Amino acid sequence: MTTSTRTDIRLVAHLMRRAAFGAPAWRLEQLAESSYENLVEDLLDVDSKARPEEDLLERFNAEHADEENNKFTGARWFYRMINSDRVLEEKVALFWHNRLATGIAKSNVNLMMRQHLKVLRDYGMGNYRTLLHQISHDPAMLWWLDQQMNHAGAVNENFGRELLELFSMGRGNYTEDDVKAAASAFTGWTHDQSIPRYPNGWWEFSFVFREDDHEYGEKTFLGRTGDLDGGDIVDEIVKQDATAQFIAANLHRFFVSDEPDQKAIDAIAQSYFDSEYEMKPILRNLFHMDEFKNAVYDRIRWPAEHVVNVVNIAGTLTDPYESGVKDLVQQSAMMGQELLNPPTVEGWHTGREWIDSGFLIERVNYASKVLGNPDTPGMRRIIGRISEGRTTISPTELVEKCLYELGCVGLEPRTMKILLGDLVSDESIAIEDDFGTQVCQIIEMIVASREFQLS
Amino acid sequence: MAGGKNGVGLSDPVLVVVQLSGGNDFMNTVIPYGDPFYYDFRKTVGVKEENVLRLDDHFGLHPSLGPLKAMYDAGDVAVVSGIGYPVPDRSHFRSMDIWHTAEPSTVIAEGWLGKVIRELDPTQQNVCTGVSFGQGLPRAMYLMGTPAISLSQLEGYGLLTSIAGERQRKALNTFQRMYVPEEIDEASMVMNHIGQTGIDALTGADMLKVAPELYSSTVEYGNDALSQSLKGIAQVHLAAIGTRVFYAQLPGFDTHGAQIATQAGLLSNLATSVSDFFDDLREHNASENVIMLVFTEFGRRVRDNGNGTDHGSAGGAFLIGDRVKGGFYAEYPSLDPANHLSGDLQFNNDFRSLYSTILDGYFGIAPEPIVNGKFEQFSGMFESVGVQSQ
Repeated sequence: MTTSTRTDIRLVAHLMRRAAFGAPAWRLEQLAESSYENLVEDLLDVDSKARPEEDLLERFNAEHADEENNKFTGARWFYRMINSDRVLEEKVALFWHNRLATGIAKSNVNLMMRQHLKVLRDYGMGNYRTLLHQISHDPAMLWWLDQQMNHAGAVNENFGRELLELFSMGRGNYTEDDVKAAASAFTGWTHDQSIPRYPNGWWEFSFVFREDDHEYGEKTFLGRTGDLDGGDIVDEIVKQDATAQFIAANLHRFFVSDEPDQKAIDAIAQSYFDSEYEMKPILRNLFHMDEFKNAVYDRIRWPAEHVVNVVNIAGTLTDPYESGVKDLVQQSAMMGQELLNPPTVEGWHTGREWIDSGFLIERVNYASKVLGNPDTPGMRRIIGRISEGRTTISPTELVEKCLYELGCVGLEPRTMKILLGDLVSDESIAIEDDFGTQVCQIIEMIVASREFQLS
Repeated sequence: MAGGKNGVGLSDPVLVVVQLSGGNDFMNTVIPYGDPFYYDFRKTVGVKEENVLRLDDHFGLHPSLGPLKAMYDAGDVAVVSGIGYPVPDRSHFRSMDIWHTAEPSTVIAEGWLGKVIRELDPTQQNVCTGVSFGQGLPRAMYLMGTPAISLSQLEGYGLLTSIAGERQRKALNTFQRMYVPEEIDEASMVMNHIGQTGIDALTGADMLKVAPELYSSTVEYGNDALSQSLKGIAQVHLAAIGTRVFYAQLPGFDTHGAQIATQAGLLSNLATSVSDFFDDLREHNASENVIMLVFTEFGRRVRDNGNGTDHGSAGGAFLIGDRVKGGFYAEYPSLDPANHLSGDLQFNNDFRSLYSTILDGYFGIAPEPIVNGKFEQFSGMFESVGVQSQ
């Protein structure tokens, strides 16, 4: 199955930033032994690998047994993003979490959010049509968009409208009458009430179709007329050109670039139809597009990506008994992205809007604090690798090594010059006891740079 | 400014914007309890006549708005009803964008308050001209190349705080030079945006850190997010660092269901925190140059859905402050079904009229470039119109 072709480590670094959460050089070097094709296939092949045993978090940290708090579900998610062998599954779930955005703010029922995240994870890399069907049966989503109040004779349009506007077609591609028809077709789609927790433990919410609360009869939706129900609405939606464009544009923004590129979006939209809405072939084509390979550092990292990347470099939180994973939820929230609690059903404003003065301060402070500490396993490894087999190192080489070790970070020449001028004064640096501190002081500023905000 | 009492920074008008996110149901905020249609349409999600806080024999405030009623009675609250824009959009996001950018017909990124900040401080002398409290800078304050500060709280606000002492001073110096934007060209727009934001954050943090140290007050704000944001705004205002535009947010108004309890809680939160805020400013003789705009992206449907209300069009806004001449502005839209716009109240005044009134009558700056057109202004909304000493 392997070819002898190795992959340029910078391309591996790029692929890993996009399809995963970035990786330090020692890991990239291992991956670069494979061909690019094999790396892509390995990322896509989630099914043959096991998911992490997140229940161990609960065994070692009693606080993670608090199933009523979204912070602990968020923490478990971060644990998976850091440790899962099926990392693309987590990345794609994060993508859908923004596109099919649902949060705890309204229901305050975290059990629903756990089930919701499982839908994103279980179906996110499958067929988009199936995913939309699943989401239309998902209690968290139904509650979030008031489906339990969408009754025959008293139609609540919230879900029908957002399904079209935010989950599939985008504004301007359907009429108000289509919204009304969709909402009517979903009447009676609701969920049951969970029984009290005690003494029986958790009881999952389930989808319920209330036949007596459904508006039967002829409806016209996007030109199709008949006694349509919610399932028919989804089936009709996925066939639309507007949906292909919408999903393609969103995938492009998340995986390729903050700047839209119609040619690339068209190519993704084509693979949407060619694969009949299958996410894996769509992603495979995307990762092989030149537009993807050339889009190095073309997007601003999402806060969750930033946090996981920093932790990956620090090499911490790889064991379930290590405490601290729940702090990541708060860190990411302060940078503008609280998982399982998006600001609205629209998800987050991404791209440049991730960077405002408050969020930027949090990003910089977090990365500098974590990676300025020489005592984490990851930093000890980096310091060891830089100093191995030498007694001195030149300032330029030292800064370049630091950039490489962090995962092939690219700096603009001006930033490089400033760092060199400010951080290292000697012509040759002796590798002595305080060398680790010196490395960390350089890394502390590299990760505070503008460039480190990009992915 | 004519007639200034005394105290802090009286010469410069200050605007505080409070955003009620989710679409506040204006019909249950300023309630036309004297209109029989109201009770026809609000059979379950209505406020009983005996509970309404009466403003006159036709309109009243929601019972949770007691502190706002007191401010209304003092003549400090202007009610603008029937507010909206052509071709109402019932999407939260699009509608909020429209309010933020003052541009209903096309999607643009430039916020109206960003343009106000640029107008008030064209040479960018002060990065704290605009300060937003809460998670994230609202699009209203976003304008490429114009600084605005976003923070969640004043306490602990600063850059590279894990580095101590002399080394931190050096690190901040390095940071400053790494972030200074280069000449703007298309290719480096993102880097320049990050760069400028970093520089603004650095400068802003230096200026803002004095605010809590200088502040003392007998007013005890609530622990809720809006109260804390308004307290922060009071602290920054009282520190007199030259902030002219403030922003705070109260989310949660998307009451498709369980509206009665939800909206009551939120409105109580709003009225209490706003009243505390103005009390605080008055205690420091610093209220006279501050007005507050309270807005929401849209109102809700005329007919309730049995448990809540769905997205509608025409909504309402408040303008509050000593300088504001209280009372009703614009007509309350007719509840008669014959006058509905597909189940919604018909708007009768464009929100850009209110913006224009604030810009021209209060700030004394030309509204047209900011609201993207010429809109009729409300007359007599301010106690002393167009006064701005230099």
